Amino acid sequence: MAAGGFRRYATYGTATAAGVFTNTVFGFILAYTYVALWDERPGLGGYDQAEALTFVWVSQSLLAAGALIGGGFQEEMQERIRTGDIAVDLYRPADLQMWWLAADMGRAGFQLLGRGAVPLLAGALAFPLALPADPLRWLLFLVSVTLGLTVSFGLRYLLGLAAFWLMDGSGINMMAVVVQIFFSGMLLPLTVFPGGFGELVRVLPWAAMLQVPLDVLMGKHAGAGGAVRALGFQSLWALVLLGAGRLLQSAATRKVVVQGG
Amino acid sequence: MAEAEAVEAVGAARPSAWSGGPVAVPVRNRAVEGVRGYGLIVAMWVRSTMTYRTSFLLSTFGNAAITLLDFVAIWIMFSHVEALGGFTLPEIALLYGSSSASLGLADLLLGNTDRIGVRIRDGSLDTMLVRPVPVLAQVAADRFALRRVGRIGQGLAVLGWAVSELDVGWTAGRVLLLPVMVVAGAAIFGAVMVAGAAFQFVAGDAAEVQNSFTYGGNTMLQYPPTVFAKDLLRGVTFIVPLAFVNWLPALYVLGRPYPLELPGWVAFVSPLVAVLVFVPASLAWRAGLRSYRSTGS
Repeated sequence: MAAGGFRRYATYGTATAAGVFTNTVFGFILAYTYVALWDERPGLGGYDQAEALTFVWVSQSLLAAGALIGGGFQEEMQERIRTGDIAVDLYRPADLQMWWLAADMGRAGFQLLGRGAVPLLAGALAFPLALPADPLRWLLFLVSVTLGLTVSFGLRYLLGLAAFWLMDGSGINMMAVVVQIFFSGMLLPLTVFPGGFGELVRVLPWAAMLQVPLDVLMGKHAGAGGAVRALGFQSLWALVLLGAGRLLQSAATRKVVVQGG
Repeated sequence: MAEAEAVEAVGAARPSAWSGGPVAVPVRNRAVEGVRGYGLIVAMWVRSTMTYRTSFLLSTFGNAAITLLDFVAIWIMFSHVEALGGFTLPEIALLYGSSSASLGLADLLLGNTDRIGVRIRDGSLDTMLVRPVPVLAQVAADRFALRRVGRIGQGLAVLGWAVSELDVGWTAGRVLLLPVMVVAGAAIFGAVMVAGAAFQFVAGDAAEVQNSFTYGGNTMLQYPPTVFAKDLLRGVTFIVPLAFVNWLPALYVLGRPYPLELPGWVAFVSPLVAVLVFVPASLAWRAGLRSYRSTGS
């Protein structure tokens, strides 16, 4: 399933190139505003200017994979629910949630490579970035990204299932993108958010999608204990959301039976 | 050339071209036909949107919230600094509100032109070619999303707040510039959207390129020009003239110097710039439509 998902998105060459262009343009715009902000307040949010710029460019590379700006599988799932095709999926021998997870991981894997590498390279050429040289750090980052993608999937699976009750998912998808962009740290690192509000946004599941992998990459979670805590935080959200998806799925399945498919 | 003309003729076909029968079909002007067709398609989509009223209300609110959370991020920045690029929060709110309102307006009227790439790919553009309404009007009205009034409202609200907070001497020229800036800005964004749609005839499904000029441009115009590199400023002044959407008029309103060596009156030429960019955009659109070959599927 994952390989199929990867191949399927790999056929959209032009769309991927256009997406790379978009991520690069946004990267430049954000990078300039961050330079202005960190010129004014060096060390803001615990980052120096190079780290703040790294935050911008690595997050642009992760956006498409995490489906934070839309895209992903839930639109397709909602369409299958709306048309009733989902009944066929439920009869398949594969588990519905794991089936979509595999497909979404394949998509994310392609977009990590296809839409991730070029914007990061452009950013590294145009601005001084603080990318680590330590291969272990990159390995931890990859684990953290994978967990982040799982959290993102877990949340979007709930959105997909919501179509069983709402029928049309476009409204809730739109709301989800708004929330994801803001609470993941894409507009501004979550460490810059002030006071109690800042503390709250840093423990919400969206923090696991962008903020935590970026901090892992830049070594903000000091020592082995810090890394374990960061990955543990992501794992916890992944388990909670996948579990919630499972509960909601069984509720939804009963609803399908009531309607007669 | 004969083939190209044939495609054009089909695209422009009016009922009168087919009639010849006893039914007299009034011959209308092409532009009137376009506006009328646009209105009919828009009305259809509005009716269909209203079928899912909860979803419509949610998405309208969501649309307003997009711009709100953007602005919250800027507001959080200002909880740490007094000024960004030398501009205060109300000054940035003026840039933010005007750009958002302009983009929202252009998005409402022409935003769905970015779906042309999908329509080319799945072959559904062919259906549009045989309908008696100009293709551009059909593409622009395709899936018309009334929820986008949310963004316009949000932009205008922030603009209103900025105007109430700003400490500038309100001359007639400055007051006049505000509505002119929003409407002409929308027209410039609209021209970029049409040009982007034309580009998709060549490039295939490249909606995101169009989006990086419109949404990306909007994000850039929300911040003061002093933040950006000079080459970028030259690019958005002379090549894709986004600086005329709000930067140049807003700098005049704020009484601040222009980032490049430009004369004072450029603040007032946005409507003219909008007309000037619509000419190449519509030529590109016509050329794109003429070059269109159906996928045959």
